[in-house]
Amino acid sequence: MNDGLGFAAPEREWGFSLRRTSAIVLRHYYLLRSSWARVLELAYWPVINMTLWGFMTVFLVGQSSLFAQATGLLLAAILLWDVLFRSQLGLGLAFLEEVWSRNLGHILVSPIRPYEYIAALFVVALMRVLIGVGPAALLAWGLYDYSIFTLGLPLLVFFVNLVVLGWAIGLAINGLILRFGLGAESMAWMALFVLAPICGIYYPLSVLPEWLRWIAYAIPASYVFEGMRAVLIEKTFRVDYVVVAALLNLVYIAGGVAAFLYCFRAARRRGLILQIGE
Amino acid sequence: MNAPVHAAEPAIEVRRLAKRYGAVTAIEELSFAVPRGSITALLGGNGAGKTTTLAILLGVLLPSSGEARVLGIDILKHRYRVLPRMNFGSPYVELPKRLTVRENLAVFAQLYGVRDATKRIAALAEELQMGDFMNRPTGTLSAGQKTRAALAKALVNRPEVLLLDEPTASLDPDTGDWVRAYLERYVAENEATILLASHNMGEVERMASLVLMMKAGRLVDRGTAGELLAKYGRDNLEEVFLDIARDRRKAEKETVA
Repeated sequence: MNDGLGFAAPEREWGFSLRRTSAIVLRHYYLLRSSWARVLELAYWPVINMTLWGFMTVFLVGQSSLFAQATGLLLAAILLWDVLFRSQLGLGLAFLEEVWSRNLGHILVSPIRPYEYIAALFVVALMRVLIGVGPAALLAWGLYDYSIFTLGLPLLVFFVNLVVLGWAIGLAINGLILRFGLGAESMAWMALFVLAPICGIYYPLSVLPEWLRWIAYAIPASYVFEGMRAVLIEKTFRVDYVVVAALLNLVYIAGGVAAFLYCFRAARRRGLILQIGE
Repeated sequence: MNAPVHAAEPAIEVRRLAKRYGAVTAIEELSFAVPRGSITALLGGNGAGKTTTLAILLGVLLPSSGEARVLGIDILKHRYRVLPRMNFGSPYVELPKRLTVRENLAVFAQLYGVRDATKRIAALAEELQMGDFMNRPTGTLSAGQKTRAALAKALVNRPEVLLLDEPTASLDPDTGDWVRAYLERYVAENEATILLASHNMGEVERMASLVLMMKAGRLVDRGTAGELLAKYGRDNLEEVFLDIARDRRKAEKETVA
């Protein structure tokens, strides 16, 4: 906003600006557009995973009545896990790109509010999920004749829940990077794998020991994967699972935002923002 | 409501500012005012507290105590009211290397809410002689070209207050001189204010109408370059700097005594 003199007019302290949020999205669009290697990297592992587990499914269908009955069980699980992982990693990488390029200081001394920046990270993470998982979904359809869209409307609900959980975990990790610097960078790649054995991606929660099952019940993704199996095996959409997942996600996303904002304030107190990346 | 702007009010005002990290004191009892339309220099050795002061004025560092106002607005309480009217440049905070200069400027123009960004970017490209490399990735530019691109980013919103951390560090004398001349012209034409932290005594002597000498987090002296030279009986600011940094005057007096 410029006045007649060309100087910017004073602004309100609070308020949400789509313009500032979309500026960050634009920055990441430019980055991806300029780097085919980054785009390739986004799609690479989901496609490799899909190829591997796709052939495994072809084999298992001939061996097991369960897989013959629900062909897409493994493939849907792989795709949905990738949605969660790419969402968390996408949010982490969107932030790390600023740290690596030593540009975070420029962004955080601009008028963008932390919550606008967080919203921009959400959009960029979603972009990365679609670029990453889209080709794997197409491959499953082309190579194994399995369309993830056969899950129907529940797919959208599962997708949203997993994306939001990825955002929440990604934000908390970004907070740690802001507070502890690049020493915490590996968390962006590792953190989510703690959940992998617990949240029942490939098997029902009933196979877990009881004490571990209680932990699984506190993870929104557990309800999504149980819900996915209910759709594919029992042909029923368990609304109760989705409601619990959504409620838990509200807690997780609030926690993720709070953790990021807390670490942002801690970084301001400790003078870390202009130094980060060094 | 935004604070009313008075012409006589300083562009920057700092009162009894302090920043401590546990037992370590980064700045202490720092008070100064930067007049509107001036170029003021923060001069001091490494660890004197210059960058700490700039970071507080940008709102990315919270002080332990004290007040800081920019354009009449309390930066600690209402930073988002004043940040659109400020900007910042430092060779230590870079622009994304893969983005072209034009793309970087488009992003920051949008972040700062610049109206008619395309026109503003074209004007900056012309003023800063960046036409040849506007469409090149920023990471492929020479040091001089990078400095001009960073300067364009710092000026994209036509800031009323510009904070610069060592704006000509690592530049050859010719490019450094060009940047200094450009900044002087910007201040004169826009009645803008620059606060710069620098180690370059020649730069400070030439550009700054007010010099704030810092040492160990404290403001130890202030004045125009001429006043400081007269006060310390030296021919150039480098000698004054060394007097202050090494307590030479005190040592000389002790030797005489």
